Amino acid sequence: MELRPLHITGAQLVESGAPRPGSLLVIGGRIAALDPAEVPNGAETIDAKGQWLAPGIIDLGVFATDKPAFHFGGITRAALMPDSGLLDGAGLVERAAKGGKPDLWVHPLAAATKGLAGKELAEIGLMKEAGARAIATGRARIADSGVMRRVLSYAASLGLVTIIHAEDEGLTAGAVATDGEMATRLGLASAPAIAEAMAIARDLALVEETGAPVHFRQVTTARGLELIRAAKAKGLPVLCGITPAHLLLSDTAIGDFRTFARLSPPLRSEEDRRACLAAIADGTIDILSSGHDPRGPEDKRLPFAEAQPGMAGAETLLALGLGLVRDEHIAPGRLFELLAATPACLLGVDAGKLEVGKEADLILVDPDTPWQVDAKKMAAWAGNTPFDGMPVQGRATAMWKGGQRIR
Amino acid sequence: MTNATIRPASDYPPGGDAFRHRHLTGIAQLTPWEISYILDAAEQWVDLNRSGAAKHDDALAGLTIINAFFENSTRTLLSFEIAGKRLGADVVNMHAAQSSVKKGETLIDTAMTLNAMRADAIVIRHSASGAVQLIADKVDCPVLNAGDGRHEHPTQALLDALTIRRRKGKVEGLTIAICGDVLHSRVARSNILALTLLGSEVRVVAPSTLIPPAMERMHVATFTNMDEGLKDADVVMMLRLQSERMDGAYLPSAREYHALYGLTPQRLEKAKPDAIVMHPGPMNRGVEIDSSIADDPARSTITEQVEMGVAVRMACLDILTRRKRGVPGWN
Repeated sequence: MELRPLHITGAQLVESGAPRPGSLLVIGGRIAALDPAEVPNGAETIDAKGQWLAPGIIDLGVFATDKPAFHFGGITRAALMPDSGLLDGAGLVERAAKGGKPDLWVHPLAAATKGLAGKELAEIGLMKEAGARAIATGRARIADSGVMRRVLSYAASLGLVTIIHAEDEGLTAGAVATDGEMATRLGLASAPAIAEAMAIARDLALVEETGAPVHFRQVTTARGLELIRAAKAKGLPVLCGITPAHLLLSDTAIGDFRTFARLSPPLRSEEDRRACLAAIADGTIDILSSGHDPRGPEDKRLPFAEAQPGMAGAETLLALGLGLVRDEHIAPGRLFELLAATPACLLGVDAGKLEVGKEADLILVDPDTPWQVDAKKMAAWAGNTPFDGMPVQGRATAMWKGGQRIR
Repeated sequence: MTNATIRPASDYPPGGDAFRHRHLTGIAQLTPWEISYILDAAEQWVDLNRSGAAKHDDALAGLTIINAFFENSTRTLLSFEIAGKRLGADVVNMHAAQSSVKKGETLIDTAMTLNAMRADAIVIRHSASGAVQLIADKVDCPVLNAGDGRHEHPTQALLDALTIRRRKGKVEGLTIAICGDVLHSRVARSNILALTLLGSEVRVVAPSTLIPPAMERMHVATFTNMDEGLKDADVVMMLRLQSERMDGAYLPSAREYHALYGLTPQRLEKAKPDAIVMHPGPMNRGVEIDSSIADDPARSTITEQVEMGVAVRMACLDILTRRKRGVPGWN
């Protein structure tokens, strides 16, 4: 069926900097013009009524294909981590890539090693042909430096970015929290925050040696961010990301043994949290993602140390990101670089910006609508949010994928 | 914090205001006067327990107390059982080894089962920090923490405070050295909280591998040298060292631990001449403590601690069930 052209008028277009009034024309599933002088006959016209028109969110590094949550959150593309359903073979990758059709793009991230065991290279080339857009070390890093070096250079030769989890497993063995007053008072096994910086330091040395492009999926400590800053200054091909949890919560959130605040990496000290906010403001952090990892009561209604880490983050990602704008840490244009443009670039997909020729993955955002996060009423299949009860503002009110209305 | 802020229990009107908590999950939830209130209440049970043959009170007659122990224990279980029985309650012990916990039932499901049996108080020991709080949130009756992971063991801290108060006449202003495996010790955590609340100067003395992070935030000084840590202490509180800590991961060997941190008569001379020596038991004689000290009645309070344990647990069971029993003023 031929797609009708789509004309969105009366919008505030989110490009770089502050949103500006304008309109946008979509023809054949792609952005045909900004502020078009002429609109083809028969085009469908949507009046945005002053709402923001922004690129659909590209959520880099989720652990489940949870469509209702992604649609609620204005997420048009999700890059799926290789952990939950193991993605270490071409067939598995191909099936995962189809998992979102027809109304969600799923971009599988291939397991870097067989079984994510950190021992042998997985069939990265075949997985790329099957649709993998990058490779990932999964929930843990690759402990063996020799294996890691080979993974990096092999992936780079195939033009793929390696997405890294950065924690030194020797320091974090058995730990469920970050060293500090909170962990000590609660009697929880904890690891020093430098476990992150140590892992980053090793991998940056390997990046320098191999020239391979990498993305540290979550950098959550002041020392880790300092290393990334220095690496970028040197011109190394390094990106790093974070989730709203590490920007907005410190380890005090685990008080009362709240398992919804058990995350990987664990929540950090208040000083580290502030360093993360500074790093998102100064451009050190490149990508903001949800880390969406819905966990039911069988994984979370347990003593803290026995509970699984992870949070359902897809629904709150946009609203918490808009909170960063409202608190003047970042500008609206920069928010959508973090949420869409940079992830699109990493994954090599032709979307993530309001530019002529890009795929028309679009969302309308009402940036001010107030609502309250409620763990019991989430669209996600589990409500394990550390932000339960928090009043927030802003949500996606309409979505298009490739010019087709999804909601 | 000084003892000036601690008013005697008699200053309070009779009734629930003196102890507002439904559960006893930790010392962290208590104020100094609430701790004093429990200690004062325990004194009467010490007298009863020492009084001849009929060591019995029927305050809790007809109530059912379940001791749910998900982790092995001999002395704490026995102490709670005796405390409940001396108060006239029907006491039932549930051992994890015999329960459906081994069959994969979740902790919450076990808690709901105990709740459905209409217990009037549940005493819980569990190997995971926070497990007792998790159960307390799900049941209708008072829950007493008998030790959860390395988090808290509040009745142990209360019995230790009572022992110190009876031996020394006060707790405020004393210098108390807690020595040994503080990292893995719930006894240490509860004692640090209780004794600092009551106005003591608390030190921890341990190998650096067994000191938890951020101890300064708990208002204690840390020492890795045993002689310096014991200097002028009024109370030396030894902790049990689990044998699995001595296999090289945290400590090189039991032999080395004894050489550097074992409490010997020579070391004890660094403390005040009238310093008392405490141990929560069970002891590793010849590892953390020499027998000559453990068996010296002038120094060692170890059996007295066991005695105070029963009295303190009677006080806790009594106070926490007062609302249920409709004691006047406790609504």
